[in-house]
Amino acid sequence: MIIGAGHAAGQAVASLRSGGHEGSITLIGEEPYIPYQRPPLSKAFLAGELGIERVYFKPPEFYDTAKADLRLGTLVNKIDRASKSLTLSDGETLAYDKLLLTTGSRVRKLNCPGADLEGVTYLRTIDDVEIIKKYFAPGKTVIIVGAGYIGLEVAAVARKHGLNVKVIEMEDRVLARVTSPEVSQFFHDVHTDAGVEIHYGQAVSAFEGDGQVRKVITQSGDTFDADLVVAGIGILPNIELAEAAGLACENGIVVDEFARTDDEAVFSAGDCTNHPSKVYGRRIRLESVHNALEQAKSAASAMCGTLKEYDQVPWFWSDQYDLKLQIAGLSQGYDEVVVRGDPSARKFAAFYLKDGVLIAVDAVNSAPEFMLSKKLIADKASVAPERLADTSISIKEIMTKQ
Amino acid sequence: MAKITYVEHTGEKRELEVANGLTVMEGAVNNLVPGIDADCGGACACATCHVYVDEAWKDKVGEVGDMEETMLDFVEGREANSRLSCQIKITDELDGLVVKTPESQH
Ligand SMILES: Cc1cc2nc3c(=O)[nH]c(=O)nc-3n(C[C@H](O)[C@H](O)[C@H](O)COP(=O)(O)OP(=O)(O)OC[C@H]3O[C@@H](n4cnc5c(N)ncnc54)[C@H](O)[C@@H]3O)c2cc1C
Ligand code: FES
Repeated sequence: MIIGAGHAAGQAVASLRSGGHEGSITLIGEEPYIPYQRPPLSKAFLAGELGIERVYFKPPEFYDTAKADLRLGTLVNKIDRASKSLTLSDGETLAYDKLLLTTGSRVRKLNCPGADLEGVTYLRTIDDVEIIKKYFAPGKTVIIVGAGYIGLEVAAVARKHGLNVKVIEMEDRVLARVTSPEVSQFFHDVHTDAGVEIHYGQAVSAFEGDGQVRKVITQSGDTFDADLVVAGIGILPNIELAEAAGLACENGIVVDEFARTDDEAVFSAGDCTNHPSKVYGRRIRLESVHNALEQAKSAASAMCGTLKEYDQVPWFWSDQYDLKLQIAGLSQGYDEVVVRGDPSARKFAAFYLKDGVLIAVDAVNSAPEFMLSKKLIADKASVAPERLADTSISIKEIMTKQ
Repeated sequence: MAKITYVEHTGEKRELEVANGLTVMEGAVNNLVPGIDADCGGACACATCHVYVDEAWKDKVGEVGDMEETMLDFVEGREANSRLSCQIKITDELDGLVVKTPESQH
C-alpha cells in the first residue's frame, strides 16, 4: 500500500516489481493524475513546450503492466497501525501488510490579507500550472514572491513569453537560502539583464483587487500593479498523517538509511523524509528528484526483504534561460568558496569547501565540474583551492590527481 | 513516427514505433524498455540515458550538443557512437534506427 502518488511512488512501483514483489500494490494519491515529474512544471511545461503525457513519470499502461491498483483523487485521512489499516476520504477502509509513505511536500502559503484573491498562485502541481498559464500573455505583469529556484525559473519563462516580471524577495539577494553571495550575484545579473526587476528586503503585506488580484502591497508601503502573483516561498513536508499515527517525525518522517521508520511495517521515501546522510554526518531532508528516486529504490528493496543502503551525494538542477545550473552536495556550513571560470561568460563553477574538503558545487553550464565534484564530495576529498581556481589546468587533472 | 530498435547488452531486442517529436529516451521509458534510467527526465543533467547508436545511423541522429558532449565524457564505457538518448529527437528520417543500451547507467 503506497500513500501519495508522486515521483517516489512511481519509482517504488517499478522497484517493488523488479525486486520480486508478487503481491498486490495499491497506490493512493490525492491528485487526480498518475505520478508525474514536477521539474518541467516551472520549465518546459509552463513554457508550453511539453504536453501533459510527456510530463508523466511513466505512461498509464505501466501501472496495468505492473498490476498496480490506482486510487487517484483520493486522500488517506488516517493510518491505524494497530489494526494495519487506512481510512480514505471516501470513507472506505483498506488493510495493509506493508505501507510506504511517499506523501512529499506542499507549498507554504501566504496568509496576508487578499491572499485568497484569484490570480494569487503557487507552483507545485499540474493544476497550479493550468491556472498560471491562463495569465501568461505578453504585456501582463507577474509579481513573483520569493527568489528561490522555482521563482526564478518562472521569471525566466515569463520573460521569454513577453510578460513584465517583478520579483519581491525578503532577503538581500536571490537564492539566499541555497547558495553563496557570488552565485546569487550572477543570477541577479542574469535576470536583471533579461529585464526582470528585483526588489530586495521587501515582504508582502497584502494583496488588493476586485476578486482578481490587482495590487501587491509590501510592508514598507510600496505598491506594485499585478495581473498574476506566483509565490514560491518554500515547502512543508507532508508529515501530519504520519505524526497522527504516532510515527517519529522531526522536520520530516524519521527513517533510517534503508528508508525504514520505527514501525517495521512502515517505510517512507522522498521529500517527506528526514534521513541520515553519511557524507554530511547529520540527518537531512531533501527536496529533489534524485532523492525521491533513490530513496524509493531503497524503500522498495527493504519492503522486498533486501536492505539497500541509501547513501548518495544529493544533486539537483535548474534551467533558467540558456543556463543549466547543476548543483551537487549541500553547501551549508562552507568556510571557503572558490570560483572557477568566468561568470560573465555564463560558464563557471563555484566550489564550496569546509576545512579544505569539497562539500558542494554550483556549476553553471559546466557539466565536467559537476560530474567530477559529485564523486569527490562522496569521497570527502580535500582539494587545493588555488588549483581549483586555475583554469589553465583541466578540471579532470585537478580532480583525478590531487 | 519511426520504428526504433532497442538492443539490450544481453542482445535482447525490442522494436517499437515511436512518435515524432518524442526522444529516443522517451520511446524507451514509455515502453518500459530496461537499460535506460533517465533520472532527470530529459534535462541533459544526469547522463543516465546513455546509448550506443548503430554505426549506420551515426550521422543521421544529428550532432552532439555542447552540454551533451561534456556529460558524455563521464559515462561509463564511452565510445565514438555514444549518445544521450534524451537528446535525440524522433523524426521520419530515423525510421529503422538501432540503438544499444549499456549494461549499467551508473
Ligand atoms: C515547480 C517545481 C520544480 C522543481 N524542479 C526540480 C528540479 O529541477 N530538480 C529536482 O531535482 N527537483 C525539482 N523539484 C523537486 C521535486 O519535484 C520533488 O523533490 C519531487 O517531486 C519529490 O517527489 P515525492 O514523490 O517525494 O513527492 P511529491 O512529488 O510531492 O508527491 C507526493 C504526492 O503525495 C500526495 N499526498 C500527500 N499526502 C497524501 C495523503 N494523505 N493521501 C493521498 N495522497 C497524498 C500529494 O498530493 C502528492 O501528489 C521541483 C519541484 C517543483 C514543485
Ligand atoms: S535523461 Fe538525464 S541526461 Fe538524458
